Amino acid sequence: MRDPAFPHRHLLGIEGLSPAEINYLLDRSDRYVGINRGAEKTSEALRGRTTVNLFFENSTRTRTSFELAAKRLGASVINMQVETSSVTKGETLIDTAVTLNAMHPDVLAVRHPDSGAVKLLADKVNCGVVNGGDGSHEHPTQALLDALTIRRRKGRLNGLLVAICGDVLHSRVARSNFLLLLTMGARVRIIAPRTLIPSAVERLGVEVFTDMTAGLKDVDIVMMLRVQNERMRGSFIPSIREYFHFFGLDRAKLAQAKPDALIMHPGPMNRGTEIDSDVADDVERSVIREQVELGVAVRMAVLEILANNAVAHNEESANLRKVGT
Amino acid sequence: MSAIKAGRTAYVNARILDPASGFDGPGELLTNGEDIVDLAPSLFDGKIPSDVEIVDCGGHCLAPGLVDMRAQLREPGEEHKESLKSGGEAAVAGGVTTIACLPNTNPIMDDEATLEFVARRARLLQLSKVYCYGAATKGLQGKELAEMGLLAKAGALAFTDATKAIADAQVMRRALSYAATFGLLIVQHAEEPTLATGVMAAGEIATRMGLSGIPREAEIIMLERDMRLVAMTGGRYHAAHISTSDSVAIIAKAKKDGLKVTCDTAPFYFALNELAVGDYRTFAKLSPPLRGEEDRVAIVEGLQSGVIDAIASDHAPQDSDSKRLPFPQAAFGGSGLETLLAVSLGLYHNEDMKLLDVIRRLTVAPAQILGLDAGQLAKGKKADLVIFDPDRGWKVIADKFKSKSKNSPFDGRPVQGQVLRTVVDGRTVFDVLAAESASTSEPKRATAKKR
Repeated sequence: MRDPAFPHRHLLGIEGLSPAEINYLLDRSDRYVGINRGAEKTSEALRGRTTVNLFFENSTRTRTSFELAAKRLGASVINMQVETSSVTKGETLIDTAVTLNAMHPDVLAVRHPDSGAVKLLADKVNCGVVNGGDGSHEHPTQALLDALTIRRRKGRLNGLLVAICGDVLHSRVARSNFLLLLTMGARVRIIAPRTLIPSAVERLGVEVFTDMTAGLKDVDIVMMLRVQNERMRGSFIPSIREYFHFFGLDRAKLAQAKPDALIMHPGPMNRGTEIDSDVADDVERSVIREQVELGVAVRMAVLEILANNAVAHNEESANLRKVGT
Repeated sequence: MSAIKAGRTAYVNARILDPASGFDGPGELLTNGEDIVDLAPSLFDGKIPSDVEIVDCGGHCLAPGLVDMRAQLREPGEEHKESLKSGGEAAVAGGVTTIACLPNTNPIMDDEATLEFVARRARLLQLSKVYCYGAATKGLQGKELAEMGLLAKAGALAFTDATKAIADAQVMRRALSYAATFGLLIVQHAEEPTLATGVMAAGEIATRMGLSGIPREAEIIMLERDMRLVAMTGGRYHAAHISTSDSVAIIAKAKKDGLKVTCDTAPFYFALNELAVGDYRTFAKLSPPLRGEEDRVAIVEGLQSGVIDAIASDHAPQDSDSKRLPFPQAAFGGSGLETLLAVSLGLYHNEDMKLLDVIRRLTVAPAQILGLDAGQLAKGKKADLVIFDPDRGWKVIADKFKSKSKNSPFDGRPVQGQVLRTVVDGRTVFDVLAAESASTSEPKRATAKKR
């Protein structure tokens, strides 16, 4: 039977999830945090199941996190790192999906440089698919782990004031995060130079600031985004030096936030570009390492739910075929 | 191959629509061979000579065959997407009797040989009449002018760089000037390429989907620049597939100022908006992109007021390999020939426009822009006709298209208006009854590719 509290086959994004579903995923993740801190970390929850990490984009952190999560649940894990260039030359994304599907995995964790590509793939397979980041669209497990980090520290999400700072234009992390936070009743500000703010973003419910000092005033959470140099097709910002001067997080700018404001970063950090080391390493304020830790717990919860839903889905389809004959 | 059709045919019991003369009423029409002999409300007075073949139109509309001023037929070079044959069959199924095809073939139509090859091949097929645009610049590179004078002598109707804008201002200035030497028309895909690096219309939906946006200003800026160049050179200019409210205003002003400017749009831009992109539907990835609802409404108004002279199919066939890709990688373009009439008739059914005005923008208006003697029902004109039932409803099923490519953004849409018969030079080249009985007796095609 599918999980009644989260009956979806895939986790492709935060968009469309209800507050109850998000809370349920966070509750389930929370249970794994304790287990991961204990000595005996591995369970049998997904024994005999297979998950595949299909990454069309370089990633160490997210892929490792998914791999560790699957292993701790007792599943077998395959890692596939596919160079997108070879995909465009030969096998198409859909061919890859069909090929993998024939090997009967239970869950695919997919990262792809194009927005919407993970959904395209999910439409062609029988297993569960979790979006590990697609283009500038969504990165739902990152948003969930960020939310879990905040909830554990602050006890709630509702009513908090969160600032998301940096390259919002190209950031799937920003999109998933503000969608989740807004769904859960938080207020979200985005702070960036105009060239890095997506058009009409205020219509999605966020408040837009172009000045760090004003934008950080009285916030509970400061989320910094990586300045994605590799995504910059033109000159969105004149120089790293200038960017850090106006939009890099340092002590002076942080002073505007609440005294107990948390500092978050999805990693990997560019120290001296978007964040000062002094702030990043402040054990009182920075929860960056905790985010990494909780990421494994979130991915365990997601993989477990999706793997079980995948089995239920395939049983449903088999029953339908029986009824049909 | 049958040569000139001999004998006379009487089309009776018709509602004749002829936008050129403004006639809309019951009538009868007589053809002899390839030509229209005469038409009148009561031509035969019930006494049709026995040697005349009779076509009973069943009270349905009889109009000039549609003149589609913008289509890509992909031959030569990309016959896996479309050929002159499949495109011709798609055209006649859509009631189109004249097509102006874009020069972005391979080889490109920047020399007479390619132009003549296409014209000859199309003539032999005896489907829709095919005319070609010539490339405005060599290799569509936007740098050196193509041999416009010689290409025009070889039959090029007008000059364009097809789906690319003539972006360099100096090149555009000279293209307009040089074309004016021979009284030739320049057709522009008005879009500033340096602004149009995205994959869908910029705005809330693109932001939500994480797709890079193309701002409306890409079209507006290019049109504004071009109007200055038209004023400067005195050239003739036609803006293809305009898609924003500002574009309508710019063209309206240019016309008021007496510039030799015309424009068209495509059904995509008055029948759809950016919401059609929905869940990363690559069939709705078009160039220019589908825009917001306000722009769609403005395009309807532009058609109503007559600022927008013509409706073209903007037929851009793409094979499934070009479209079954992540949205950012997928090709631009939508199939349009077989839905041109029915989707355009939506303007009539929604009471935005009179039936005769819709037909005008699909027939005589584009013919006049291109200098073609087509799109009219009159004595001595060629018997290029379409008989259609404006009310008959059907559902667009792209898999059933005659076109080789099935990339219709209208796939699944219920529409009203069915082509019953298409006649080119007096010959019936499409008959819906024959087509329907053929398709029901045909063994069902495998749908393996629909997973």
